[in-house]
Amino acid sequence: MNKKLFIPLAIFVVLVGFLFVGLFLNPREVPSPLIGKPAPQFTLNQLHQPGKTLGTPDMKGQVWLLNVWASWCVSCREEHPLLVELGKAKLVPIIGLNYKDEPAAGMKWLAQNGDPYNLSVVDRDGAVGIDFGVYGVPETFVIDKQGTIRYKQIGPITVEALEKKIIPLVRELQKS
Amino acid sequence: MTGHRTTARAWLLAAALIAVPLAVAAADAVPTEKDPVVAERAVRLGEKLRCLVCQNQTIGDSNAELAVDLRRQVREQIAAGKTDGEIIDYMVTRYGDFVLYQPPVKATTLLLWGGPALLLLLGAFAMWRIVQGRRRADDEPPLTAEEHERAARLLGEPTGKERK
Repeated sequence: MNKKLFIPLAIFVVLVGFLFVGLFLNPREVPSPLIGKPAPQFTLNQLHQPGKTLGTPDMKGQVWLLNVWASWCVSCREEHPLLVELGKAKLVPIIGLNYKDEPAAGMKWLAQNGDPYNLSVVDRDGAVGIDFGVYGVPETFVIDKQGTIRYKQIGPITVEALEKKIIPLVRELQKS
Repeated sequence: MTGHRTTARAWLLAAALIAVPLAVAAADAVPTEKDPVVAERAVRLGEKLRCLVCQNQTIGDSNAELAVDLRRQVREQIAAGKTDGEIIDYMVTRYGDFVLYQPPVKATTLLLWGGPALLLLLGAFAMWRIVQGRRRADDEPPLTAEEHERAARLLGEPTGKERK
């Protein structure tokens, strides 16, 4: 048998292999260049007490989550029950970044769906969102004691992401 | 007279048909700046940056909210006197290389940039081999009388000898 006859078949098999792997990749998940870099500095007004501010320096020395959310965001509803549970567990402080939202609508939404956040801050025009490279809501960042971004969850938090990535990472960072 | 009028009407229609798409295209790219140089820079930068929401569009093309915000960022930074390079860097530090509509040439993108040339070379090589093979086949010396006879015998055809 002529071995050359198998060359097209081999090429085809390799191609199918690539396409098969491609089926399970998510092109919407753009790797963030901010991982391992210091979290962008911000100081924003708090959602519930607009007179008070909260900024990145206030969170120095503790591991925390920054969750980008909005009342108009549909997938935020998907992850919200998980966040509420995580908030109740008091494992890690969760700061909400209320992204391009009406503060009144945001507060109403939290009243209806539960407020998992230690605090929410208002990013009315999305400028801080841009600094964090946010391109879709929800997104969640894990930030360590030194203020370095360690992980970014793009899209809603899932049970799997929480159990396999976020919680173990938070525990590990809290130890160091 | 009527002939003239019809021609004139046809011309008018043609002109209108040409003008409509032009007007639509112009409406797409209405710059908000008074300064045409700034406006042109903003449009040009907008064409270099990818909208991360609708990934196959530039921020200049897209009307997604993020694209609108990023266009505003570009204009604000131009107004603040930033150079094109600084604005591109600003976007890349936040969104990564993916924000560039034309991926940069670096170690990780070598296959992307070199791939087509590599495939072309491979194809050319394969073609050269095939052509060489055919040429060699053509060059084969013709069969001798003995070989002819053997081939005929193998094929079960009557040979010259049998016919005698």
